Amino acid sequence: MNLRIAGLLALLAAALVALPLVASPYVLSVATLILYFAYAGQAWNVMMGFAGQLSLGHSLYVGLAGYASAGLFFHYGIGPWAGLWLAIALCTAAGAAIGFLAFRFGISGVYFALLTIAFAEFTRIGFDHIKWLGGPGGLFIKVSQRETWDLANLRGTPEMFYYVMLALAAGAFVLCWLLLRSRAGYYWQAIRENEEAAQALGINTFRWKMLAVVVSAAMTSLAGVFFAFYYNNLFPEQVFHISRSIEIILGPIIGGIGTLFGPILGAAVLTVLADGITELLAALGLEIPGVKQVFYGLVLLVVVMFLPNGIWPTLARRLGLSK
Amino acid sequence: MSPLLEVATVSKSFRGLKAVTEASFDVAKGDIVGLIGPNGAGKTTIFNLVAGVLAPDHGQVRFAGRRIDGLRPDQVCAAGIGRTFQIVKPFAGLSVLDNVTVGALQRAQGVSAAKRHAAKIVERLGLGAKRELPASSLTLPDRKRLEIARALATRPQLLLLDEVMAGLTPTECDQMVGVFRELNRAEGLTILLIEHVMRAVMALARHIVVLNHGEVISRGAPEEVVRDPAVLECYLGEEAEV
Repeated sequence: MNLRIAGLLALLAAALVALPLVASPYVLSVATLILYFAYAGQAWNVMMGFAGQLSLGHSLYVGLAGYASAGLFFHYGIGPWAGLWLAIALCTAAGAAIGFLAFRFGISGVYFALLTIAFAEFTRIGFDHIKWLGGPGGLFIKVSQRETWDLANLRGTPEMFYYVMLALAAGAFVLCWLLLRSRAGYYWQAIRENEEAAQALGINTFRWKMLAVVVSAAMTSLAGVFFAFYYNNLFPEQVFHISRSIEIILGPIIGGIGTLFGPILGAAVLTVLADGITELLAALGLEIPGVKQVFYGLVLLVVVMFLPNGIWPTLARRLGLSK
Repeated sequence: MSPLLEVATVSKSFRGLKAVTEASFDVAKGDIVGLIGPNGAGKTTIFNLVAGVLAPDHGQVRFAGRRIDGLRPDQVCAAGIGRTFQIVKPFAGLSVLDNVTVGALQRAQGVSAAKRHAAKIVERLGLGAKRELPASSLTLPDRKRLEIARALATRPQLLLLDEVMAGLTPTECDQMVGVFRELNRAEGLTILLIEHVMRAVMALARHIVVLNHGEVISRGAPEEVVRDPAVLECYLGEEAEV
């Protein structure tokens, strides 16, 4: 990593840490959302951007983790930091199951993506029938202590949630940076570029693809725990829905698949613009359902047409950050 | 001394079509063996049987005294066999050095050790000036060199070359022959090559195995093989006049 990137990062980190001091509650909520999508996008990027395995069902891990941690908290008062381990275990197991089925039986590409959708979809339907977790009526966590920080139970002010999400996003960035420079990073990229050649160079592609899925699922599970405790409600219809998966992957696609900054940049661009449009329309007194989705589609269209590698690679070249 | 690679009465059929029938040949340690034959003779099938892409229906493939038939390609690589692809398969988005580093990681302890080893091999194959370029920007001869560099980085005892000269000009071809001779001489690298370019086979191989219709019809030194009537008939007919 060169000096200019390090400088840019330091600046970004300082700005993000200082943000709650100056930001309005609205800006803070948008910033929290950006960090959430940056984090989840980073997690998805491990699978698709690094290892080339397209998942269209990451809402599965968000939902499983959210329900696991929220369920433990709701029924037994077990805090999210403990529930988190169950969430990670469940998501790792789910990821491993999908990965095993696909990679053992040679399902790849589009068919693999379909498999990930299928798992998310039948889990969504399945959760409609789990009365213990509220079924289709949803699971609600009591909203309390909105004034003080209760980190142990993830109950507190919007600032607390902002900083928790910032820590997660920063952690994911560092983890991905380390992963890319490790043996796993080299092997994943080799598999992404050409699986047959990777295997001929001694890479057990099954094992390394499994690792990518499991790491990505485990990372995404933290996003799910945050999601549950931030929004305080979970509905199978929403949390497992494919549109949730699409939201997660749009950031990295628009920012730059396989890059470290892409998921962050993409999340920022999309969230700010989408919220801006919603706000603008509200200010104009217009209410158009689905405008956000149409907008996502338009942005995606423009980026795919003019910046097929995403915004970051082009931006980095302009800024002289890469060759 | 037992040979490094032994292909023993190996057969392989695809839906009733016999691609290879009881083919047997050896490759001694330090030797350079050319596998030739007309199109459809079964060369690529044999290559894939050795490389672990296919498993034989009958027969055995032994490497350094150990059975390797039925192993996966990555296990064959780990056993000490490196290979190139007829249609080059670079990791297009990665730099030249990173491409070779992936191969070097097979035996290196860590990423930095692998990078050092890869840098030496990149230099050796004349790609030093292009090490930071993405593999997608290379010309075909350079892509072939990269293919070889990557395979060499896994520190193989035996290198399998699949039509590595195809598409090269005679000058580039001669350069490549020089590279392999040097590797063979300096490091005792054993080479098994499938090749259509006779110029390269005759210049490089010390022994030749000729396949036709999935059977080994002749083997020996290049000058013997080209005089073998069976070979002349099936394959070298036109070229024998030259």
